Amino acid sequence: MSTPNPTASHTISVLVSNKPGVLVRVALVFARRGYNIDSLVVSPQQDSDFSRMTITCSGDPGTLDQIIKQLFKLVDVVRAIDHTGDQVIEKELALVKVKCPPENRTQVLQIVEHFKGVTVDFGSESLILQMAGGSDKIDHVLGLLAPYGVVEMVRSGKILMARGASAT
Amino acid sequence: MDKKIPTGAEVIIQCLIREGVEYVFGYPGGAAIPLFDALVDAPQIKLVLVRHEQGATHMADGYARATGKPGVVLVTSGPGATNTVTGILTAQMDSAPLIVLCGQTISPMLGKDAFQEADVTGITYPVVKHSYLVKKTNDLPRIMKEAFHIATTGRPGPVLLDLPKDVTGGPCAAPMVDSVDLPGYEIPGVPDRADLQKAAALIAKSRKPLLYIGQGAVISGAGKAVAQLAEKLNAPVVNTLLGKGAMPEDHALHLGMLGMHGTAYANKAVMNCDLIFSIGARWDDRIIGKLSEFCPNATKIHLDIDPAEFGKIIQPDVSLVGDARRGVEALLPLVRKLDSADWVKECAAWRKQYPLRYGKQGGLKAQMVLDELDKLTRGKAIVTTDVGQHQMWAAQFIRSTFNRSWISSGGAGTMGFGFPAAIGAQLGVPDTPVWAIVGDGGFQMTLCELATAALQKVPLKILIINNNYLGMVRQWQELFFDNRYSGVDMVGNPDFVKLAEAYGVKAWRIRRNGDVKRILKQAMAYNDGPCLIDAEVVKEDNVFPMVPAGAGYKDMLIERPKQKMAKPTGST
Ligand SMILES: Cc1ncc(C[n+]2csc(CCOP(=O)(O)OP(=O)(O)O)c2C)c(N)n1
Ligand SMILES: [Mg+2]
Repeated sequence: MSTPNPTASHTISVLVSNKPGVLVRVALVFARRGYNIDSLVVSPQQDSDFSRMTITCSGDPGTLDQIIKQLFKLVDVVRAIDHTGDQVIEKELALVKVKCPPENRTQVLQIVEHFKGVTVDFGSESLILQMAGGSDKIDHVLGLLAPYGVVEMVRSGKILMARGASAT
Repeated sequence: MDKKIPTGAEVIIQCLIREGVEYVFGYPGGAAIPLFDALVDAPQIKLVLVRHEQGATHMADGYARATGKPGVVLVTSGPGATNTVTGILTAQMDSAPLIVLCGQTISPMLGKDAFQEADVTGITYPVVKHSYLVKKTNDLPRIMKEAFHIATTGRPGPVLLDLPKDVTGGPCAAPMVDSVDLPGYEIPGVPDRADLQKAAALIAKSRKPLLYIGQGAVISGAGKAVAQLAEKLNAPVVNTLLGKGAMPEDHALHLGMLGMHGTAYANKAVMNCDLIFSIGARWDDRIIGKLSEFCPNATKIHLDIDPAEFGKIIQPDVSLVGDARRGVEALLPLVRKLDSADWVKECAAWRKQYPLRYGKQGGLKAQMVLDELDKLTRGKAIVTTDVGQHQMWAAQFIRSTFNRSWISSGGAGTMGFGFPAAIGAQLGVPDTPVWAIVGDGGFQMTLCELATAALQKVPLKILIINNNYLGMVRQWQELFFDNRYSGVDMVGNPDFVKLAEAYGVKAWRIRRNGDVKRILKQAMAYNDGPCLIDAEVVKEDNVFPMVPAGAGYKDMLIERPKQKMAKPTGST
């Protein structure tokens, strides 16, 4: 609603010192400038003093440059990089509970198999499927499963890593 | 006697002593008692007991701006802490180094709506440079070291410590800390050489250069280098409200303040320059007016220690990341005298053609009082101001001639700032006369600190420019809202002379032009403590020149417009 147009989607990787409150400080930078955070993944680093935040967000592209600079200005932020357009590996994980009475099972399982998903729970009336990969692929699979009835869905949010020698 | 393990509060006070803190501006309460208790054994630190926590923050801020050293505030939890928010915002907007120590409920009660609990860390996130909710007493030495380091380096700002009472009351076995490890915190120094060369190349092409200096020039002490640069290039200089004093305003190349209420000649120079070089200024909306019309054809160079300022408002042709003084010093050898003699003459002609002026007839004029004050103090005093018309008139008529001699709330425009800031400034710089120029409205927001000033016996002089109005708002209503006055009449003002006397503060009233010089001189000669002058000036006068908010410089009003004005489009 409050997001200005056009609303390009961006993926930002933020390396932070693992200090209390850092998540709030980061979130405030986005909220103040009318940016929607679409997904946010926080994960520990090998060195437990640091954490990695992978943030997908959308809003006015002109504002993004300010957001990155304001993030970098935070004392607890070591690095903030917008990876939009970079050479990166992007992945996401989804768990999908699909209605699946015996008569639909074969078709649903074919879809899962085709997209290299895994069936992680097998009930008499529903299945839980685990799909991993690019966000586009997951969107696509969800579209294919929709006619069967998606009961619940949880997505991990996108994580990414820069290819080759580039830092994330 | 065995060496007993100190409490967290004792360690905090030891850290203050190690950092060279002279004054703590504070107000006690249950959650802060351990800290006040530890102060009893620290005679090196003088506690200034204020009358309201907002006053404490502005005093610490005034102290910081006058001395360049961090100002320290100590308050209790809940309402004590929330009363500091305005002062923290004020310091943050103007890059003043503050350490704000807030008591807090005991840590097991956090988040349980304990008595006088407020999530002050949460409340202040948007207005601090950094903050800490301290959970372990042993973290205190490290956090105190980091807090001072962060508050005072780079672009300075307020740092808040939220201190649960069990943390300040508990034993602290951790040793003192002498260095910091902050991987996410960088302090720019000298700008990149290649960028400096790019800037020098652009400057070399300019025939109508203009240096535009702000608070960063004050903080870094860039004035001498800026004057050298101006002289070497033969380039005029303008300063922002906060940049006053960085380079003496009586310098031949100095055109005074630019912006909304800048001098007409400074603003003419801005409109006509072919290159504008910002030194520690941030292209604030009070400077820019209408963005699309602000020096559209001038080359823009931006020197700032905070990289987030580049491209925030304008996209510079070259950005120089670094300290203002060190940046200008590094640029000096790369530039030569410019072919700018005609331009300097043109600026001088504007100075003659559009001088600051005010009507000499029709009652006591604020401008006249301030003009006289400038003549008497001759640039030797520190001047603090409050916010409103008097602030702008003071900025125009008081020429600031030395660094840190002008203290005013610019970014936040906080009414109530001027008087307590003067107390802090006078404590920090006891041998320089300090004048607080305040409005009748704003003074009443923090006048309870008359008690503090009297107790501290600071010989500061309060000059109330009393127009019986919230003058600046009244001016906007007169010019842009059809004279429909709403909520601006200060009917009910006290007798400020009697009020001062009730606090034991010497006071005078100025009513007539003939009184001005005599009473100003009497105040200058009075040194037994604070004194106050209530100058009853004409009620309905306006500050000109004026670039209406959001308008372009070409729409600058040099005097009262005959025609009806549209409502301004710019911020506030
Ligand atoms: C805390 C606060 N509240 C409101 C304002 C809005 N404001 C700006 S100037 C002004 C009038 C100030 O009146 P006074 O102190 O008498 O000074 P004058 O303009 O008359 O010189 C007001 C209300 C403000 N800047 N700060
Ligand atoms: Mg007034």
